[in-house]
Amino acid sequence: MINEKATVIKNEKLATGVYSTVFKTGIAGLCRAGQFVMIGTKSDSRLLRRPISICGADSEAGEIRLVYRVAGYGTEELSRAEKGDSFEILGPSGNGFPVDKAENRERILLIAGGIGAPPLLYLSRALKKAGTERERMTAVLGYRGVNAGIFLNKEFEEYAEVVLSSDDGSTGVHGTVMDAVREKEILPDIIYACGPLRMLKAVKALAAEKGIPAYISLEERMACGVGACLGCTVKTRHTDSHSHVNNARICTEGPVFEAEEVEI
Amino acid sequence: MSVDLSVTIAGTVFKNPVMDASGTFGSGMEYAEFTDLNRLGAVVTKGVSNVPWEGNPTPRIAETPSGMMNAIGLQNPGIDVFIKRDLSFLSDFDTNVIVNVCGHTEEEYIEVVERLAGESRVQMLEINVSCPNVRTGGIAFGTDKRMLERVTSLVKKKAKQPVIMKLSPNVTDISEMAKAAEAGGADAISLINTLMAMKIDIYNRKFAIANRTGGLSGPAIRPVAVRMVYDASHAVKIPVIGMGGITSGEDAVEFMMAGASAVAVGMYNFHDPEAMIKVIGGIESFCVKTGVKDIHEIIGCI
Repeated sequence: MINEKATVIKNEKLATGVYSTVFKTGIAGLCRAGQFVMIGTKSDSRLLRRPISICGADSEAGEIRLVYRVAGYGTEELSRAEKGDSFEILGPSGNGFPVDKAENRERILLIAGGIGAPPLLYLSRALKKAGTERERMTAVLGYRGVNAGIFLNKEFEEYAEVVLSSDDGSTGVHGTVMDAVREKEILPDIIYACGPLRMLKAVKALAAEKGIPAYISLEERMACGVGACLGCTVKTRHTDSHSHVNNARICTEGPVFEAEEVEI
Repeated sequence: MSVDLSVTIAGTVFKNPVMDASGTFGSGMEYAEFTDLNRLGAVVTKGVSNVPWEGNPTPRIAETPSGMMNAIGLQNPGIDVFIKRDLSFLSDFDTNVIVNVCGHTEEEYIEVVERLAGESRVQMLEINVSCPNVRTGGIAFGTDKRMLERVTSLVKKKAKQPVIMKLSPNVTDISEMAKAAEAGGADAISLINTLMAMKIDIYNRKFAIANRTGGLSGPAIRPVAVRMVYDASHAVKIPVIGMGGITSGEDAVEFMMAGASAVAVGMYNFHDPEAMIKVIGGIESFCVKTGVKDIHEIIGCI
């Protein structure tokens, strides 16, 4: 893991409240899809770092890209960053998505709810690198609707067949990502997902019903981001090797878990 | 000019007076790639109990102005795993190890203390009678002076290492609690643990922390902590380890001038994983700048 001050290379708005910020950092040479970084604020009264998932990395240029929704003080400050600004950054944290599990799968489904899309875009790129043909991958991306705007969907096109859904029907299927999966009769044999808890519960149920593996990325408030404080745990079916109780650390054993292993 | 930063507490020599506050640093494992543990005065491990503890439901933490609240609930893997994994890990480092011990009952504290009696890697025990986030044990022992004196003397009878009693700030008179620990035979006291607090998520009409209340820590509580360290250290003869919102060498010096023989860095480890190394450097710079040759010159100097 690296702990350093990283410089902003580029910052742009993608949709209402959604921003893309590129940093110059050594983390680019270490990270993989599904991992995240902890970013500090410049305020001396907001002392905890914010966990933000990595949307992409260019190890040659030494750059990582973060795409996030403004949800509070930290992300608001980050969204106003200008080229040349610097932030304390720590990472990469977490386990990341298991890319190898898709190896012999015929129909790989990526499900993203709203701001769950960024780590899955990174994953789709990693899957392509691992030799996964575009025909084998479908990405279902759900959005709030016309007022919130849609983002990253065009970038997914290069790696997967893209299906959109929106709460108000303004884009794609009218309804949730799960409605879209049903309506388009997508029959996956493996799922990777990131999004709101309610969506992840539905993904877990779908995977159980079909008897297929699903890897879901969880979020929780974090303090340390390195596995020391035990602030970000999730109830697990089995006792994990670190805690020896049924509470695994999302920042370290996660954020990606096999759906059937977590009690969500 | 070289400055002697070493201090001695209950016969144990510390190369410098800086350690972590229990629960903010694990057993040092997760932070070892950012902080050279050999440079610390001590590693204080996260509270350990006789059997594994599940801890509280999430959310367990919330950010607050210049600080944070937590209600982890002392999740830990239990003494067996702790000895096998954490103490073995710490064997490779040249620093003191202080094990924080927690329990629901007197018997549970004693069980852990007895299990640690034969562990040469453990220099001192810190008895957690002040956690505000568990229903029984913890703070219940630390807010009643008779119970505090009783549990201290019970632990002292079985302990093979010097005993530090970690005090709660959630009391009317901290001096009385310090005296009770001393009367029970404590070799040292450490304070303050977190202040009991509450935060409400007004838009969802819910408590920000699932446990409803949590312990407040960070710079927000520092002036309260400095006052309590001052009061406690003037009430007893045993050494005091001071903590509460330390972020820099200057903050550490403030606690030492108030009467602390050593200090612990807590929440700030989360803000900066290299915080303790910077605090040690900051104390040294302060001494050089102000002509202090031996750190003892400033301990309780006001």
